Amino acid sequence: MVDASKTWLSNGAFLLLLCLGNECRAEVHAPRSPTNIFAPASEPAYSLFGFSLLVLIVCAAIFLIVFSLLVYSILKFRKRPDDDGREPPQIYGSNPIELAWTVMPVLIVIVLFLASVRVIMAVQDAEPPPSAVEVTAIGHQFWWEFRYPGLGVVTANELHVPVSGPSSPTPTFIRLLSADTDHSFWVPRLAGKVDLIPNHPNRIWIAPTETGLYLGQCAQYCGTQHAKMLLRVYADTPQQFREWVQHQTRSAEVSPEVSEGRDIFETTSCVNCHTVAGNKNVASGQFGPNLTHLMSRDTIAAGAAFNTPDNLRRWIESPDSIKPGSLMPAMGLTPHEIEALVAYLETLR
Amino acid sequence: MSATPLTGLQATWKLPPRGRVGMYCLIAAEAAIFTIFVVAYLFYLGKSVSGPSPKEVLAVPVFLTICLLSSSATIHVAVKSLKRGSFRSFGAWWLLTFLLGTIFLVGTGREWHRLIYHDGLTISTNLFGTTYYSLVGLHAFHVTVGLLALAIVQFFFLCGLVHEQHAERIDVLSLYWHFVDAVWVVVFTVVYLIGR
Amino acid sequence: MATDSLALYPTQTTSRRPLVDQLHAWITTVDHKRLGILYVLYGLLMFGVGGTEATIMRLQLLRPHNDFVSPQVFNRMFTMHGTTMIFFVAMPLVFGFANYLVPLMIGARDMAFPRLNAFSFWMTAFGGLLLYFSFLGGGGLYGAGSAPDVGWFAYAPLTSQTFSVGHSTDFWTLALLVSGFGSIGTAINVIATVVCMRCPGMTLGKMPLFVWISSVMGVLVILAVSPLTAAQVMLLVDRYLGGHFFDTQAGGSAAIWMHFFWIFGHPEVYVLVLPAFAIVSEVVPVFSRKAIFGYPVMVAATIAIAFISMSVWAHHMFTIGMTSNANTFFVLSTMAIAVPTGIKIFNWLGTMWGGKLEFRMPMLFCIGFLFQFLIGGLTGVMQAAAPFDWHLANSYFVVAHFHYVIVGAILFAIFGGVYYWFPKVTGKLLSERLGKFHFWLFFIGFHLTFDFMHVPGLLGMPRRIYTYEPGRGWDTWNLIVTVGVFFQAAGALAFALNLLWSYFCGNRAGNDPWDAWTLEWSLPSPPPAYNFSVIPEVRSRRPLWDLKHPEDPDWKYE
Repeated sequence: MVDASKTWLSNGAFLLLLCLGNECRAEVHAPRSPTNIFAPASEPAYSLFGFSLLVLIVCAAIFLIVFSLLVYSILKFRKRPDDDGREPPQIYGSNPIELAWTVMPVLIVIVLFLASVRVIMAVQDAEPPPSAVEVTAIGHQFWWEFRYPGLGVVTANELHVPVSGPSSPTPTFIRLLSADTDHSFWVPRLAGKVDLIPNHPNRIWIAPTETGLYLGQCAQYCGTQHAKMLLRVYADTPQQFREWVQHQTRSAEVSPEVSEGRDIFETTSCVNCHTVAGNKNVASGQFGPNLTHLMSRDTIAAGAAFNTPDNLRRWIESPDSIKPGSLMPAMGLTPHEIEALVAYLETLR
Repeated sequence: MSATPLTGLQATWKLPPRGRVGMYCLIAAEAAIFTIFVVAYLFYLGKSVSGPSPKEVLAVPVFLTICLLSSSATIHVAVKSLKRGSFRSFGAWWLLTFLLGTIFLVGTGREWHRLIYHDGLTISTNLFGTTYYSLVGLHAFHVTVGLLALAIVQFFFLCGLVHEQHAERIDVLSLYWHFVDAVWVVVFTVVYLIGR
Repeated sequence: MATDSLALYPTQTTSRRPLVDQLHAWITTVDHKRLGILYVLYGLLMFGVGGTEATIMRLQLLRPHNDFVSPQVFNRMFTMHGTTMIFFVAMPLVFGFANYLVPLMIGARDMAFPRLNAFSFWMTAFGGLLLYFSFLGGGGLYGAGSAPDVGWFAYAPLTSQTFSVGHSTDFWTLALLVSGFGSIGTAINVIATVVCMRCPGMTLGKMPLFVWISSVMGVLVILAVSPLTAAQVMLLVDRYLGGHFFDTQAGGSAAIWMHFFWIFGHPEVYVLVLPAFAIVSEVVPVFSRKAIFGYPVMVAATIAIAFISMSVWAHHMFTIGMTSNANTFFVLSTMAIAVPTGIKIFNWLGTMWGGKLEFRMPMLFCIGFLFQFLIGGLTGVMQAAAPFDWHLANSYFVVAHFHYVIVGAILFAIFGGVYYWFPKVTGKLLSERLGKFHFWLFFIGFHLTFDFMHVPGLLGMPRRIYTYEPGRGWDTWNLIVTVGVFFQAAGALAFALNLLWSYFCGNRAGNDPWDAWTLEWSLPSPPPAYNFSVIPEVRSRRPLWDLKHPEDPDWKYE
């Protein structure tokens, strides 16, 4: 896999900027905002960060120069109170000056363009190494479906990936598909955003270097609850990742104490939309998130609420109370039925 | 400015006529609209998931094309006649233009009838159906509007109201008709030559 | 016809026609000056409506998890706000200016096609009414309709019948289709007027820059609005005739809607900004007491901008997964357009350099324009760099950028233009005192809102969200952004008051209150219905400068 940061390092002209970038990165090691684009924790975010600094510096320089000239001209050439009323000399133009201020911007454009091309190629055309983790992300209104085809894992909204270091790169390459409208996968500290467009498969890759939780959300308006289609990416140690995968591939527990809840789940329309793997595959609906390991997730409703029994109750009773306009209907269950159902769901670890 | 004495400049200051420039602008706008439909047609060639394909159902409309393109020649002769002052000639060639255009429209209608009822291709059948009917239909719509304008002029002519001083305006109208024919050249090439 | 001009003077002592007659005259007018006024008044009215929609959104975003409005209402608000501001505020305003001024500046008595002119205005006006009727009439299946809520660029397949039930999307489509015909009509009119009706001696190289830029704008409208018209017809075919243009289930492409829309959308923003350049290019020279610096290059830069603008559209699509080659091309074309644009800023700077600057209201707004366009242009360059744009796109950084250009540059220039030409249109000067309130309140509000709006974008806040999570560091910035809205509202109120008060009680302006140099200032204020009793002849770009300085006329140096 192309380590884009090595490409930067190999070019002496950008070495200084990389050092600057490193300085800033160290300072924002514990960012106040968990979605700060200037606090990268992964490739390609590191490359984008270094490149963005270059662009910002160039634009800041242009701004300072032109701003100063404007301020100077406003102050120096304002009409004095003791003005003699004559018109100033009428200058219609100046070929040398106009040539100079055409050539300068052209040169700046060339520099910025060439810098852009390098990063575009490095990020978009990167090839997955054999050790890459493959994920397929399918955007739905208003939740994320994640499948790991090589590992047999199907989950929703919360993505687990292994950290990736330069010595043993294990990046995650995510194929982006959509089941309905346009969406966009944006976890700022990990990568730039890439859209999920129906009938137009895309690809994004991430390689977090530090363990932790990275936040993001859908960044392409997809309908009523676009705002609450949140993303949680957990960068695990290789050991943690292996354990998580093992856990996710197990079938659901079938616990006799919650048979009432399970019955309700399997006989009302829950099974039309949701899958709970195992147990004769009664529940194999694909429209909604896979619930086999619901309790292994920190949030429900694509991050709209934390995964607590109370929130589960509220969600089942009336999804609109948490996420108005979401596509899960209120099932019209009695409080007792909801109690039983939640007890069942609580066993789906 | 009213005190400025008149110089010889006013007499020699000649700018293009408004109607002609306006018509060129309209043609540019319409060309841009057609370009988008042509791009969509080309983009979707071969991408239909099901249903009839162009090769299977399209017959090259040679006769209709000859009619439509000849109507450009006939309208040109008509306008020249009017500028010369031969009104009878103008009326005859103008009528011939109208007839040729009508034959084209009727022929298109017959082709569509066959496609819909015999081949099962409608605008909602597949991508080919959608893009085909939209592009050819948009062109046919423009032909219809042109025929309407031609008919109005024919009516004025029959009432004896068309004179030599109207030649410029009628020439501008003929520009629209030439545009419609030029679009057909493009549509014909894209749909019946490239697309099949 | 002579009585039409009298109707503009409120204090005439001659007998006034009944109100019904006056209204009838306005509704049936084909006079370019009256249509220009109607366009501007319509645009200002809709500005209040669009501003209200913005205020509702900002109140909802004041703090996280706010419940001022529901998500459904919020989504309608941002759709209507964008659609209104672009199509029913900014475009009418720039068309209004062009309509009023172009014939006057070229020594003509009206536009080339006066009836087409009236038709175009009323198409635009009715389009706006159609859009707003959606609040009442958009209800469809399950009452799901109301105003459109698909965003002002209405991406497919969100606009298909599947995801947009009811008629709300159709109101969006039809309103823009109708007003689009009006826009194309106006463009044809402007081009034909400029090509065919210039007064003797006014070659293309002697036209005021305003006229040059207006005609280039017309060309852009013809080339850009037409693709939108085509795309909207395709959308209607999909929604009502079972077509599959954007039907991804049938092999159609969601991306092709984006291409078609942005082939319109990007030149559209140049349609809006070029007239701002035009206004600034007239105002800055007069208040610097110098000719525009580098007229030929300004013309060439305008044409270059228009030409290149047709090739940059996919920089709105850097994140949709185009190939690296495609992205590279659009980076290049987008950065290229920054060159002629930057040149213009330098030329305005060169105009002021060595001049004698007077900070009257028109100039104050144009100076605001210069600083703000500089910043807005630079944030545009940042987004032209695609890898940076992979973060910035669809975030509040973009929202801040385009408002910086549309409000900070275009609207400020329009304000400046109103202060500059109001005396010509009405015969009264706008109050400088109220003007200063207007300027400073609006300036403070603008910067509070749009400077700080960049920050949430850099901290990961996407656009078009009706609420946001606490703990992402966005809260304080959103609060400041909302506070700025109230200053802008106060500034806009001061402006409205100024217009009303000055119209009735302002000082008389006379023909030429600014000591300017283009032909409109040779006429009475307001001009008679027929404009020029004798068609003028010109020898240079500044005919009135030649008259006022016979010892040192421009035509000796051009």
